Amino acid sequence: MWECEMQNSAVALELEGVSVHAGPRVVLENVHLRVLPGRLVAVLGPNGAGKSTLLGVFGGWVRHQQGQCRWEGKRLDEWSAAQLACRRAVMLQHTHVAFDFTAEEVVRLGRYPHRHRPHPREDSVALEAMAQADVMHLRDAPMGVLSGGERARVHWARAWAQLECPGWHERRALPAGWLLLDEPTAALDLAHQHALLARLRHACEAYGVGALVVLHDLNLALRYAHEAVLVHQGRVRAHGGVETVLSPSEVAAVWGVQPRWLQDPATARMHLVI
Amino acid sequence: MTAMGWRQRWPGPAVLVALVTLTVLASGWALNQGALPVDWRALWAADEDDAGAAWVLWQLRLPRVLLAVLVGAGLGLAGALMQGLFRNPLADPGLIGVSSGAALAAGLTIVGLAAVWPQAPRLLGSWTLVLTAFGGGLLTTWLVYRLASSTHGVRVGVMLLAGIAVNALAGAGIGMLGYIANDEQLRNYQLWMLGSLSGARWASVWTVGAVVVPLGVGAIRWARPLNALALGEAQAALLGVDLERLKRRVLWVTALITGACTATVGAVGFIGLVAPHMVRLVLGPDHRWVLPGAALTGACLVVLADAAARTWLAPAEMPLGVLTALLGVPMFVALLRRTRRLDVGM
Repeated sequence: MWECEMQNSAVALELEGVSVHAGPRVVLENVHLRVLPGRLVAVLGPNGAGKSTLLGVFGGWVRHQQGQCRWEGKRLDEWSAAQLACRRAVMLQHTHVAFDFTAEEVVRLGRYPHRHRPHPREDSVALEAMAQADVMHLRDAPMGVLSGGERARVHWARAWAQLECPGWHERRALPAGWLLLDEPTAALDLAHQHALLARLRHACEAYGVGALVVLHDLNLALRYAHEAVLVHQGRVRAHGGVETVLSPSEVAAVWGVQPRWLQDPATARMHLVI
Repeated sequence: MTAMGWRQRWPGPAVLVALVTLTVLASGWALNQGALPVDWRALWAADEDDAGAAWVLWQLRLPRVLLAVLVGAGLGLAGALMQGLFRNPLADPGLIGVSSGAALAAGLTIVGLAAVWPQAPRLLGSWTLVLTAFGGGLLTTWLVYRLASSTHGVRVGVMLLAGIAVNALAGAGIGMLGYIANDEQLRNYQLWMLGSLSGARWASVWTVGAVVVPLGVGAIRWARPLNALALGEAQAALLGVDLERLKRRVLWVTALITGACTATVGAVGFIGLVAPHMVRLVLGPDHRWVLPGAALTGACLVVLADAAARTWLAPAEMPLGVLTALLGVPMFVALLRRTRRLDVGM
């Protein structure tokens, strides 16, 4: 159902010639990129390549010195912080929660942008988000006692609740919104990594969520992402289908390792082996 | 879930109602305490022989108890606001320099004003000290605010360091004043630093009330943005909180409330640090409960401390600052010990 709108730039996120400097260091240089809703886009690259900064420019929390960022057809600075907060949810790499807020209270903070126009079933939004992230059994636990992976799942639930559990608004004119996730799977165990990305991919395909996800596991990207952006030394080196972007020569050039492709005989899926 | 054994928090509305009741009861009890054996019923006694008792209640005890409520509520709320802004349970209103600035200005007034501007006490009367202390508190806060401001807005971490630096500077000034003061001035100054409500009159109730009540009621609206701020400045901004406006408003409201309280009754420590803690230990960290709860707890503490201050060694009066610590610390430690068994840290 999103196919017809896919080419419409009024729903896309676009960077045109964006550069970001931090002191003398050039973090991003002349980046042109356009991502569409309904796609799970993996942002790949080695440490320090500029992946988080790229996410930050899209999300509006990193200032860019040159170029333009257009968010659903409007310049980013034409959006108010409150409007944006209803359209996109973000998981940062590290979020330290002050005081002993419980998991449920943290998830409910995701509902802050909607305080003036609560959902008809406001109470269930947070609860469904928690069930989806498998943290219901932790709802009364203070964040301080949770493990790193459990905390990450609580923040994933908070982001999910902030977008009003994508799918609850199928009749809305706009796509369900955007999820910008910076290494959401880094602290998760195997099962939860796959659960999170499968859920995300489903939200993209079924409800038109747009997702930009920084990943380090290339095989997770191969399995779940619709497309990949390869960032290297502050530039976008490649953008397209994941298998095309991750050609052995590119992987060797960017990460300095020698990969091989293997095909799983049972599923015919391609795997990257180092 | 209870099955997990996490500490169950008390219901917020019930605890707030209990705190209001407690404050009213404590105030009623405090009205009965004093050198003259009269109780609050004399407030409405119209007969002639009780006129003296009614005067004591109306002109001395009632304004004093009401001022205690206002100062306690103001300092408790200011502490909760500061801890929320700094995302740190160790913050207190003194961090932004307002208390030490007021103390320095008060010291300059007590020690030096008569020499520089002899007419001042005659022109301003007993308000001299209040006005200079209030002005001094705001001036130091402004200095801290300027130091922490840049083109990217107010940086809370820099504000903390600037506050420490400015506090140290004011401390040096206060030490210097103590060195050059004569014995009488030194004693006056020391008594001011420990705080006292003995100067409470209706006029001081109205002035402090005019600052604390409207600003305090307004500040309750910032409970949800302060909750979002617990996730860090970056995430709070992503949730749509107007950070710069929130930081500026919290800073100035804290400065005005603390400045008004400190200027009127002197430097009463400890309330701003401990009242929000006590509420958090019982109700959890949600600022929708912590802000009003800290105000009510602070009011209760100061009312009780002041009643003790004027009765324990009657007819002499003990300094309020000593009593708030004597009364508050055991309550605080008891709460800490009760919760430590069940829960982990902040």
